[in-house]
Amino acid sequence: MKTLSTQLFTRRASAASPAPGSPPPGAGQEFRTLILPHLDGAYNLARYLTRDAQLSEDVVQEAMLRAFRSFSQYRGGSPRAWLFAIVRNCSRTAQSGRSGAVSLVVSDSGLSSEAAAELANTADPAPGPEEELLRKADVDRVRAAIEAIPEPFRETVVLRDLEDLSYAEIATVTGVPIGTVMSRLSRARGMLAKELLPPAKTDSAQSRSVQ
Amino acid sequence: MTAACTDQELLLGGLVDGELDAANTALAEAHVARCEGCREELERLQAVRALLGGEGVRHSAPDDLRARILALPELRSTAANSNRRSAGWLAPGALGAIAAALAIIAIVGPMQEQSALDGQLISSHVRSLQPGHLTDVQTTNQHIVKPWFNGKIDFAPPVPELADKGFPLAGGRLDSIGGQTVAAIVYHRRLHTVNLFVWPGSARGSRISVEDGFSLAQWNDDGLNFAAVSDIPADELRQFETLYRSRAGLRAPD
Repeated sequence: MKTLSTQLFTRRASAASPAPGSPPPGAGQEFRTLILPHLDGAYNLARYLTRDAQLSEDVVQEAMLRAFRSFSQYRGGSPRAWLFAIVRNCSRTAQSGRSGAVSLVVSDSGLSSEAAAELANTADPAPGPEEELLRKADVDRVRAAIEAIPEPFRETVVLRDLEDLSYAEIATVTGVPIGTVMSRLSRARGMLAKELLPPAKTDSAQSRSVQ
Repeated sequence: MTAACTDQELLLGGLVDGELDAANTALAEAHVARCEGCREELERLQAVRALLGGEGVRHSAPDDLRARILALPELRSTAANSNRRSAGWLAPGALGAIAAALAIIAIVGPMQEQSALDGQLISSHVRSLQPGHLTDVQTTNQHIVKPWFNGKIDFAPPVPELADKGFPLAGGRLDSIGGQTVAAIVYHRRLHTVNLFVWPGSARGSRISVEDGFSLAQWNDDGLNFAAVSDIPADELRQFETLYRSRAGLRAPD
């Protein structure tokens, strides 16, 4: 299935090819043009990976510095994917240094009971017009649902649905084949649908696919 | 529950994401047309995507983080770097650094600003031509491209149909010019690509230029800046501008 699904897709991951060296003169300008515009994306990714506002700022600052220092190793391709891979590494380093263990537990049951309980307590809207309240509660609910799913699924769905990366770019950032990106994405969206959407219509008839 | 076919799940995802090639898009669409379960699943996928793409879900970098990063000595241009060594003005701290950064920006004249913008437009255009980068929403249907931008940006770029005049619509994506999120609408011209960048602003008048072999047409209408970039000849791009502006219900170039 994996081989097959990879063949179905026109976009391929390109392997990053690192090379030694330090930023050449003029790299500052190029860096500002290519990399700096993705600051929001870098922060968003760090924020959903670490789930901690302060830590995300540290991660992004460190990632930007590291990105600049290794900018000479950037060999074309998506500058965003290149930066995000660095942000992802920095997030992991920061998290492992902080709590010792990064939760990588992957369960089939979607949300853990703990995460689901946390989710139920999330909406705590500030005073304001009713619509604004509703919208903020919605945003909080969606954010909490994303934060509650296990990391491999979370990072994949954030990269795709919030950052609009292509499958190939996600494969580059997360270092897995495109087939894995697709199945993680499918699982992630399944978990989020279960949490955020009203239950799917129940129907006495089973799948009606026509042969 | 009307279940989706398990062997179609990944294809449905690919369909929603516009990641299937033409043949598989046709196959998946044909399957969805006859399978109720997969149609419901597709709708759920689209609903989840819409929720995730809702305004406010994505975090933006806080202003002080942005300021701190812009003030990092490493990230300055080389011209700024040479000042830094002799001056040692970093000592007063971040505020001084930010002030200096602002001063550097102020020195840059409008001409340089314009050519920096041109450079960014061209490099964005070139980047978009790499495989897999051109469009996030891939379709020849203007009624799909226009709503796709909803909720992703806070302005509504016109997406007129120009296929009958030789500029078929190819799709759209979000791009970034000078740190600002812009809409990029993609048209084709024979085997060439025209990227039309749109963002809010009230720029200078209309101009056509050629740089590094690329043609640029820039104009402003109704509070939006437009910049078309392509490797087609400048007069053809001029023609594109005229067409786009008249079809979009905007005034024609003078």
